[in-house]
Amino acid sequence: MTEKTDYRIELSAITKSFPGVLANDNVSFAIKPGEIHALLGENGAGKSTLVKMIYGIMQPDEGEIRWEGEAIKVANPKAARKLGVGMVFQHFSLFEAMTVLENIALGMDAKISQNLLEEKIREVMDVYGLKLDPHRIVSTLSVGERQRIEIVRALLLNPRLLIMDEPTSVLTPQEVAQLFETLRKLSATGCSILYISHKLHEIKELCDQATILRGGKVVGECDPKQETSKSMAEMMIGGDLKQIEKDVKTEFGDPRFVVDNLSQVGEGDFGVALSNISFSVRAGEIFGIAGVAGNGQNELLMALSGEVPTSNADTIKLDGKSVADQNILQRRKHGLCAVPEERNGHAAVVDFSLSDNAILTARERMNLASGGLIKHSEARSYTDNVISTFGVKTTGSASPAGSLSGGNLQKFVVGREIMQNPDVLLISQPTWGVDAGAAAAIHQAIVDLAENGSAIIVISQDLDELLAICDEMAVINEGKLSKTLKVGEASVDEIGLLMGGIHGDPNANQDSVENAHAH
Amino acid sequence: MLIELEKRKEPSQTMLYLTPVIAVLATMIVGGILFTLIGHNGFAAVKEIFITPIIDTHKWQDLGIKAAPLILIAVGLSIGFRANVWNIGAEGQYIVGGLAGTGIALLTWELEGWWILPLMCIAGAIGGALYASIPAFLKTKLNVNEILSSLMLTYASIQLLYYLMRGPWKDPEGFNFPQTRLFNDSQILPEIIPGTIVHLGVPLAFIIAIIAWFVMSKSIFGFQIRVVGSAPAAARYGGFSAKRTIWMAMLIGGGFAGLAGIFEAAGPFQQMVPQFPTGYGFTAIIVAFLGRLHPIGIILGGLVLAVSYVGGEIAQTSLGLPNAAAGIFQAMMLFFLLATDILVKYRLKLNIANQAGDAS
Repeated sequence: MTEKTDYRIELSAITKSFPGVLANDNVSFAIKPGEIHALLGENGAGKSTLVKMIYGIMQPDEGEIRWEGEAIKVANPKAARKLGVGMVFQHFSLFEAMTVLENIALGMDAKISQNLLEEKIREVMDVYGLKLDPHRIVSTLSVGERQRIEIVRALLLNPRLLIMDEPTSVLTPQEVAQLFETLRKLSATGCSILYISHKLHEIKELCDQATILRGGKVVGECDPKQETSKSMAEMMIGGDLKQIEKDVKTEFGDPRFVVDNLSQVGEGDFGVALSNISFSVRAGEIFGIAGVAGNGQNELLMALSGEVPTSNADTIKLDGKSVADQNILQRRKHGLCAVPEERNGHAAVVDFSLSDNAILTARERMNLASGGLIKHSEARSYTDNVISTFGVKTTGSASPAGSLSGGNLQKFVVGREIMQNPDVLLISQPTWGVDAGAAAAIHQAIVDLAENGSAIIVISQDLDELLAICDEMAVINEGKLSKTLKVGEASVDEIGLLMGGIHGDPNANQDSVENAHAH
Repeated sequence: MLIELEKRKEPSQTMLYLTPVIAVLATMIVGGILFTLIGHNGFAAVKEIFITPIIDTHKWQDLGIKAAPLILIAVGLSIGFRANVWNIGAEGQYIVGGLAGTGIALLTWELEGWWILPLMCIAGAIGGALYASIPAFLKTKLNVNEILSSLMLTYASIQLLYYLMRGPWKDPEGFNFPQTRLFNDSQILPEIIPGTIVHLGVPLAFIIAIIAWFVMSKSIFGFQIRVVGSAPAAARYGGFSAKRTIWMAMLIGGGFAGLAGIFEAAGPFQQMVPQFPTGYGFTAIIVAFLGRLHPIGIILGGLVLAVSYVGGEIAQTSLGLPNAAAGIFQAMMLFFLLATDILVKYRLKLNIANQAGDAS
């Protein structure tokens, strides 16, 4: 290997455009061997496009990629792996019904025997302190463990550059600490790491160097350890960070939404069963539900909203009325509105106009239909009202929901529910994939609705979000809800332990406990 | 070199309405070439099939007669297709609807009265709907694919027709021919233009299509159909039951097909015969897509396909083209329609970069 340069990989003037968007505009940066380099930016800043070009999934329109000094073209992911580039995606590609070993074997470019592969896997896991039984079935693993499969898969190829795309978005704080340890060990062996994230405190903790992207352009380079989170955030969003105005409240009204021993069987093979869920939310209160993805959040939201009613009416009470056996329409009439996690195809129909999307949930409460007929002009004016009140950037109520950016569509969806003036609002992942400006606006709207006496339940994986806006919270793990914690009093460690769960993998759990003690 | 389909950011709205026209034109050109290649006068065939029925005013009544059942069935099917309910068995529902109406006619053959014909029509619609309820039940209870179940039931219905014609419903005075008695005057659809064969079922089909347009665009029911078809999860969130939507879509599709069946029996046939199934139920699928699943588009699409039916018959007598010629043109039309649709939504992209990468 001839070292003509100090850098493992250099990108110069990379440009990539899609119909209507310039995803990367003249992007240049370089990573040294053994460096943990952060690629920081908001949703839509162009991070994913950039790494897809490094990994050969896409080709740059212009610009050059140099690998250890040599200009290269990465034709496809196989070529990238051959060079020594590994990648761990945000969304895993694993077969749930197969074992860890089988999943890894399927992803290998070279065919080797299972025994040899198992030996290699154990070796890699030993070196980097990754704990995983190769014979476990994937569907029984936690998200953190599934991510370890992807990491092992990448490490088996002895990468010299490992790309991690938003790796912590699904992990508990303890799992994050474990991951960081592995990454540090890896970087000590000389492997470069490109770490993509929008979480500033993680980047400060882990990374040696950061490149900040905004709107497809590089807007800054810095040493994260020398910067404050605030200064990096401002570079990332290109403006001042807005603070949410929220008074610390101690007085609340009567309980408006009471869930008492709600249980439900899981749908299908991989659905999560809910068991004995109890909590209550008072007027003016924001109640948070934290948890790692896939622990029953979706099932809980659908049970609470009425998408999936239960037979025992008394398990959910809305202002004292038993509603658990009612469907979503009846509950909506009684004042319960909901925003599901997935915007596209669940909270909104992408190829419908915004005004048709308003009809979807607001037709009863806002009187947008009568006698089975739609009142199109009323629907349009309600939609216009949502658009102007929530500052949704769009060409008008007739434009299809799919033409809006993620943040704008989320503002519309949240606005559509909040402007129905619900007594109880259920909202899942309110700011998932939303830019900081829109996130602040949505948080403020939730806080304001609570000020007016509504009870609000926020389900989120983003702990920072819950700690910022909630009064009380609980943690969901494997369909069970923890005891209620007061937000001012709960520590992140305590919440993290609950997220890891008492019923999870005993090894992982033990690790968490050890980690927690170490802190 | 790899050819890839790349999704267009926003498909052109004009093109979306133009594709049916392009598909018809492409059918005429390619059909002309094809029939020339197999030794016919291809362009004369195209002219006979697509132009003669339009310029020959004597053929207009035939167009109306052929278009009416196609439009009626296609409007019903389009409601299902919009909800992602793929009822392919309209032919069977058409047959059973025709049989149900015929059953009433045979029960009342010695009676007279204004009430008999409406009763037959209601029986026809109910018969078709009931027959469609079998795939609806299988789909909602056991998750059986409605494409397969509805299609297979078509063949069952044909056997039922043959059995009834050769057995219990055979005309006792019919010299042992496998067909029912002729309907009496209270049992046939009246002519509405004297001196032509245009019966009451023709304007009714057009009126029903226009009512369907109103319902689909203005009512919560139409909205429900569209939401369930576009985004099932959003439909559930909006408070619409997917199962109820499947039921309604199947019953409406079957009901309309059944109504078309009894219109056909009480109109042109005036009795029930084994030759009753003529493929309207299948051709209506082409009509529905040619009309963009929109009732007004379906009226136009129904007329286009009626032209190909009538023209096919003309070409049979004047040019000696085989009976299958019209079918080939109809199938080509669906093919070109689907192909142009793909190109409106996607663009072809030659992936040269990939190839260069592989070579290096």
